[in-house]
Amino acid sequence: MAASSFSSSTASPRVVVVGNGMVGHHLVEQLINEKTNWHITVIGAEPRPAYDRVHLSDVFAGREPSELALTTREFYVNAGVEAIFGDAVASIDRDARKVVTEGGREFAYDKLVLATGSYPFVPPVPGSDNKLCFVYRTIDDLGSIKAAAATAKKGVVVGGGLLGLEAANALRNLGLETHVVEFAPQLMGVQVDPEGSAILKKKIEALGLTAHLGKNTQKIIAGEHHALAMHFVDGEILETDMIVFSAGVRPDDKLARAAELKIGERGGIVVDYHCRTSDESIYAVGECALWGGRIFGLVAPGYQMAKVAASQLAGGDLLFQGADMSTKLKLLGVDVGSIGDSHARSEGALSYRVIDEPNGIYKKIVVSKDGKHLLGAVLVGDNGIYDTLLQYMLNKIELPKQPLALIAPSGGEVPVLGADALPDTATICSCHNVSKGAICCKIEEGFVSLGDIKAETKASTGCGGCSALLKNVVDAELKKRGVAVNNYLCEHFKHSRQEIFHLVRVNKIKTFDELLKKHGSGGGCEICKPTAASIFASIDNEYVLEKAHVGLQDTNDTFLANMQKDGTYSIVPRIAAGEITPQKLIVLGQVAEKYKLYTKITGGQRIDLFGARVNQLPLIWKELIDAGFETGHAYGKSVRTVKSCVGSTWCRYGQQDSVSMAIAIEDRYKGLRSPHKLKFAVSGCTRECAEAQSKDIGVIATDKGWNLYVCGNGGMRPRHADLFATDLDDETLVKYIDRVLMFYVRTADRLQRTSVWLENLEGGLDYLKQVVIDDSLGIGAELETQMAHLVSTYQCEWKTTIEDAEKVKRFREFVNADVPDANVVFVEERGQIRPATTVEKRELIATD
Amino acid sequence: MNEWVSVCRIDDLVAGSGVCALFNGQQVAIFYLPGEAQPIYAIDNFDPIGAANVLSRGIIGDVQGQRVIASPLYKEHFSFTTGRCLEKPEYAVRVWPVRIEGGSVQLQQPAALNLESAA
Ligand code: SRM
Ligand SMILES: Cc1cc2nc3c(=O)[nH]c(=O)nc-3n(C[C@H](O)[C@H](O)[C@H](O)COP(=O)(O)OP(=O)(O)OC[C@H]3O[C@@H](n4cnc5c(N)ncnc54)[C@H](O)[C@@H]3O)c2cc1C
Ligand code: SF4
Ligand code: FES
Repeated sequence: MAASSFSSSTASPRVVVVGNGMVGHHLVEQLINEKTNWHITVIGAEPRPAYDRVHLSDVFAGREPSELALTTREFYVNAGVEAIFGDAVASIDRDARKVVTEGGREFAYDKLVLATGSYPFVPPVPGSDNKLCFVYRTIDDLGSIKAAAATAKKGVVVGGGLLGLEAANALRNLGLETHVVEFAPQLMGVQVDPEGSAILKKKIEALGLTAHLGKNTQKIIAGEHHALAMHFVDGEILETDMIVFSAGVRPDDKLARAAELKIGERGGIVVDYHCRTSDESIYAVGECALWGGRIFGLVAPGYQMAKVAASQLAGGDLLFQGADMSTKLKLLGVDVGSIGDSHARSEGALSYRVIDEPNGIYKKIVVSKDGKHLLGAVLVGDNGIYDTLLQYMLNKIELPKQPLALIAPSGGEVPVLGADALPDTATICSCHNVSKGAICCKIEEGFVSLGDIKAETKASTGCGGCSALLKNVVDAELKKRGVAVNNYLCEHFKHSRQEIFHLVRVNKIKTFDELLKKHGSGGGCEICKPTAASIFASIDNEYVLEKAHVGLQDTNDTFLANMQKDGTYSIVPRIAAGEITPQKLIVLGQVAEKYKLYTKITGGQRIDLFGARVNQLPLIWKELIDAGFETGHAYGKSVRTVKSCVGSTWCRYGQQDSVSMAIAIEDRYKGLRSPHKLKFAVSGCTRECAEAQSKDIGVIATDKGWNLYVCGNGGMRPRHADLFATDLDDETLVKYIDRVLMFYVRTADRLQRTSVWLENLEGGLDYLKQVVIDDSLGIGAELETQMAHLVSTYQCEWKTTIEDAEKVKRFREFVNADVPDANVVFVEERGQIRPATTVEKRELIATD
Repeated sequence: MNEWVSVCRIDDLVAGSGVCALFNGQQVAIFYLPGEAQPIYAIDNFDPIGAANVLSRGIIGDVQGQRVIASPLYKEHFSFTTGRCLEKPEYAVRVWPVRIEGGSVQLQQPAALNLESAA
């Protein structure tokens, strides 16, 4: 018997939470935050702590399952929570107030919370228990689907609802010929009306999927050409290698039924405003709970229920009063939105519709009888107006005189709701229930960046659907407070970096003096000078130490080396892709030994030599260049390294020759000056030994070509790169990288890594894809030409420098003496030099 | 008597930037802004915050009309005319009297640093 049973005499009361899904975890988190004295136990049937089910499908697009984790075992331990995983609760003993797990463990409770979620419904069709039939709800399901898909060519999803289409997208991402079988005569019947659904069907069929509507499956048996054959009632047969059932979910109320709690007619544990079940001591939250005759199958309402239950346990009196079930999502790349009463079922409701067949756009709004208020909406193909419509409905904002204008094709003035028009009570983030008022409070407290607001309020950290709206609100509020988020570069230019780039490019400005005279004021500074230098380099690519540019450069660029704490410099030759011959290694060793340089392998697969005096730099570089090295630009805001793995040449798992590709990429982009440094990597297969997903540009080999990832970052604020395009051939890969980089160079802020740039780019990843892949701005060719110009005008700055005696003069330590700086003092450590500390220096200089 | 001493030729200077000269064992950063009302400035090369001889290798700037150098180490600004650090006024460097005489750059030994009066 378990040690923890029947201990209700201890000081703290006990709460047991059954289910560690999204909502169960949220509840535990709330309880921890409330700092109550409850002793918390959480028991989950799945073998791992709670994870983000909403983003399960991201795994098919390349995300690691582990990244979905919402918490860790350590977090629970540190918070004093007793957490059990992989052992489902088998029964509730309401009289004895304890639960018993399948493994036989018993846990006593004073209060019990059921957060058992729901389970996928599999229609009782003969054959649906075949081992090639799957459901899609957990990380484990995902693993089974992936494994089966590895040998399959064709897949069927049963169910054309929201989750069904998501599953279809997953199968498509796995490279299968994908079919959707739906019982109803339309797709997404719950959210979308028949006309919208027809447009949706066309759109997804254009993507190569096939939708079979109005199909009733009779049996599943062995097929002739594929493993399975689905027989429909109408006599048709569809063969397939695997089937994923996504025909809806059912509340998981088994435990509650067995314990004789009140259950709804069609399932679901009945709860009241307090999320309490028919037993005073038992609550139910999330997808297993039935409130007002409804199940709420989304996370946001589940989180609200969790808050209510937590508040009850903490002695508060929050009430659950239902929740909005509006949804916005992109299914198979197609925008779909559904708001409120999308089917116009309210009394007297009137609707307006816009159908644009050629562009696959369908928009409908449902308004009240008097035309004053928005009751619902359906959007297919374009969600641009979703946020505005949602706010009209949730906040009962009076509609414009011509409601049709809201969805009419653009051309006319679209009365988009500004953030200003929203009341303080307006919910901005429904996942975390953050109101506009709460955001304003945080701004008052001094949190003025979007990132800070997100961290403080959690807004936009759930489904992410509210991110655009959140940004609008934050920007508008800051503007109102005069924190005028002006994007001026510095006191000398009333322009952003992007504007300056444009001015320089269009007006063919060649020098800083000209730029300052025409568009700036004063004498310039350490912000605008290097920025201008970088822009000139990105456009004209002149030698950076030309007379006109020399005073603009940061010290690192001026001396083509990185300044260290004691004023000496480091030397980083390029070792493209980390590949180096033994002979070159020997040269590095010899040079380092000769000049007594501290030698270290960097985190970027190359070798750094430290401790060179400024006047030694040209001498050292001469030797390195003679041996075939070139500059590594470790000093510039420019391309640093292209990390590689050994790839198919040696590695037994390699899919492509990652080293050759990495060298080709490094050779192409070396020398490119950009708003901030750029790091790349190429991995030979999905094991990802080169860590490409943490780079600005990451490339991962597939059996068909290359997957391109963009805008990752290690460093201070790590960000995983986003999958940008898949299975590219060499040529397309380079074309896309050219365009992404050049677009970044043109539009980013100073010292803005690609990660932050993308996060601030209006329209985000989708917009970037449109610009680069669909060439929506019509600048694709121009970006490529500009890159081609930079590639063809590349020069090794060190080579240019050592070949010009005038330039070498710049590297004199003193203009009037050839002696070393007495303040540079080294001591020895582990057989190499290192800068002396201040104390050591005092002693050494004193004894000299 | 404090006399002017030539340390280098005007050709040794770099327009829009700095160089370093030795003066009786002391390191002096000399900045050259041809075309400006005052085209030449000199201050100590030693950055008292980073504790290294680097100021000649910074970027020349202008903060609301005041000519400054931004240290290449941690980017604090030191005024060319007062020697004072703008961000951390408890730090300052010496300002050297400097002039151009017949193609030569000349310096005069400045007074010892007095943090009280340098403001
Ligand atoms: C030498 C090296 C450390 C080492 O011994 O391994 C290094 C050294 C410096 N890093 Fe780094 N970083 C080095 C790899 C990295 C890596 C790892 C990598 O590239 O795979 C990262 C994280 C990856 C990334 O950037 O996303 C890294 C993230 C940073 C950051 C944070 C950037 C960010 O966006 O968060 C800075 C600060 C900055 O750039 O503003 C920085 C800045 C610096 C500076 C330039 C700081 C400075 O101003 O003195 C260091 C001077 C280098 C020198 O003197 O040569 N270093 N640094 C590595 C050189 C790699 C190379 O071969 O070029
Ligand atoms: C692929 C997919 C995409 C989705 N997309 C969205 C979306 O875009 N937006 C949105 O709002 N919602 C989405 N959802 C729905 C969302 O995931 C659910 O609303 C949410 O997970 C409900 O949380 P829950 O905690 O109630 O249930 P769950 O997350 O299902 O958690 C219940 C947990 O309880 C465990 N459990 C069950 N019985 C027992 C027992 N007897 N003992 C112990 N443990 C038990 C289960 O194993 C499970 O881990 C999506 C769901 C899926 C599957
Ligand atoms: S990433 Fe793949 S191909 Fe490259 S070394 Fe690792 S396992 Fe081999
Ligand atoms: S609405 Fe889901 S994160 Fe804000």
